[in-house]
Amino acid sequence: MSNQHLSPLRVPLVSESRTLGQLTEEICAPMERAPTWKWWAAFAIAVSVLGTGAGIVAYQVGTGIGVWGLNKTIGWAFDITNFVFWVGIGHAGTLISAILFLFRQKWRTSINRAAEAMTLFAVMCAALFPVIHMGRPWLAFWVLPYPNTRGSLWVNFRSPLLWDVFAISTYFTVSAVFWYVGLIPDLATVRDRLKAGVKKAVFKVLSLGWTGSHRTWSRYETVYLLLAGLATPLVLSVHTIVSMDFATSVIPGWHTTIFPPYFVAGAVFSGFAMVLTLMIITRVVLGYEHLITIRHLENMTKVIIVTGGLVSLAYATEFFIAWYSGNPYERFAFMNRAFGPYAWAYWIMVTCNVVSPHLFWFKKIRTSPAAIFALSLVINVGMWFERFVIIVTSLHRDFLPSSWSMYTPTMVEVGTFIGTFGLFFTLFLLFVRVLPIISIGEVKSVLGFARSDPGHGDAHPPSRPAAAHEAPTEDASGRHAPPLAIATRKDVPV
Amino acid sequence: MSAPVLIGYFEKEEQVLEATRAVREAGHDLRDVYTPYAVHGLDDAMGLKPSRLTWVCFVGGLTGCTLALSLQLYTSVVSWPLNVGGKPFNSLPAFIPVTFELTVLFAALSTVAAFLVRAKLFPGNKRPTLPRVTDDRFAIVVAPRQTPESLEAAEDLMRRHGAVATDVREVPS
Repeated sequence: MSNQHLSPLRVPLVSESRTLGQLTEEICAPMERAPTWKWWAAFAIAVSVLGTGAGIVAYQVGTGIGVWGLNKTIGWAFDITNFVFWVGIGHAGTLISAILFLFRQKWRTSINRAAEAMTLFAVMCAALFPVIHMGRPWLAFWVLPYPNTRGSLWVNFRSPLLWDVFAISTYFTVSAVFWYVGLIPDLATVRDRLKAGVKKAVFKVLSLGWTGSHRTWSRYETVYLLLAGLATPLVLSVHTIVSMDFATSVIPGWHTTIFPPYFVAGAVFSGFAMVLTLMIITRVVLGYEHLITIRHLENMTKVIIVTGGLVSLAYATEFFIAWYSGNPYERFAFMNRAFGPYAWAYWIMVTCNVVSPHLFWFKKIRTSPAAIFALSLVINVGMWFERFVIIVTSLHRDFLPSSWSMYTPTMVEVGTFIGTFGLFFTLFLLFVRVLPIISIGEVKSVLGFARSDPGHGDAHPPSRPAAAHEAPTEDASGRHAPPLAIATRKDVPV
Repeated sequence: MSAPVLIGYFEKEEQVLEATRAVREAGHDLRDVYTPYAVHGLDDAMGLKPSRLTWVCFVGGLTGCTLALSLQLYTSVVSWPLNVGGKPFNSLPAFIPVTFELTVLFAALSTVAAFLVRAKLFPGNKRPTLPRVTDDRFAIVVAPRQTPESLEAAEDLMRRHGAVATDVREVPS
């Protein structure tokens, strides 16, 4: 391990000492053994929810979106709420993989792969809503600018809804490419472990002939850095553009310049909550407590404190500006949000997003996985309500009291939303089974991080003079080395 | 025509860094180093030049930007000028979001494509791999410059730097 990471002041990133080989074994284990009954149970639930959701979507597409609870006043409600909610969740994945990479935050290595996968799945869920909202999803290709047979009819490039099309599709494509490029070395690792068979053939194709050559690694690092640099402004732009769907309109409560940064902060806030939810389950189920350590969880809760603070500040600013603007419609919209018929939703939002993150100031709560899990769910609920409050309360009482109305979602809308959770968890559970969910190559590079004094607790052995012919899987410190199978290495010369 | 190459296997990052530097300084023909993860400092030890993929990224981004702006100006000003709320046809600020997205898209995809081409990574690749280098071994591959004796010298050098095993293979040159 490189000496540059060694310092007695640094805390190790991986809490137990592992050799490179053991790490490969551990991370590949869930893909190579038969799934447990817990996995099957979770998968069965997820697939049934997905199936039900698909049935509901088929029903509403067949019947028309009149089955929704929308009316003339409230033309956007549940579906757009869910769209913004899912897109927001996706953002933490890119933030972890790109922004933390640029900031040289080495703790991201244990969680970036799963977080990026979460991004992809969340964006898929998000993209479903605008498509279903079209009512005639088979005409979705009309949003693309292509020369067509309807005269010189082009899409309207001045519309934020079209910007969304470009933003979401670019975001999905770049995230997928970024994720796949990061996967290539690990796919090769898996390929080299497999015995001949269909699975090996598949991984052979997917790993594109990766040999571990350093000339390739060197270029790979450049590409990874460039992609991180490109994905970073992309994260910010996507939710900025999503917020412009609202901010460029004239509706009081939507027409605010604070929306872009406010939405981005909210997206990161909710995204990190979802990463925490998933990671806490994953680390326990797969036994990765030493790789996804309490410190990883703690770092994420700190990001939540910051973004929660930003979101709170945005709520306060909105209120202040509504009053300060002197615009009666604006003032009314915000008073109506807090004290009108949807006040219950507003106060759920405030409790979940403004109050609950502050519990993370306490070290005890910040380091207790159970407490973090509970709070992450609370924040997810809160952020869903934030989007609901912004969309529905701004629309339901607009300029003309004669058009005021109320909105209640129908079972079809609720069912569609729950169905997307089925899709999300089905994909995530499959991902856990078929791909390494922790970046093997990257965690290997941080194994030797922050260890110089062998006397320290779980410390990894420091670099020492070359000990030739040392048994490869024996842990030099003699501690925490589980008896892992090394059968796959017997047939090779070294 | 095939030539023998010498492969030295190492267990540790520092060993492979030092051995690589030593092999290069001793004047052997260093073919490549194989590692299970990106070892920082190895570029320097191997004497690799910085990658030019950054230029591909820049040109790709520029292409995306140009294409996006041209498409929007053509469709909204030339092909189908549409009066939306009295806004000018060439309402440039409204075209920035799409331009930005396509810039990023083209830059990212062209960089990755160039990387795959340059590193010769493609499905159906038949390149042989060295044992365990994608798992827990580091390997240095050296080709002899003139004589078989130089292979022995290189082997000795690698052993002294902590190679756990060495292997001589015939590879197509």
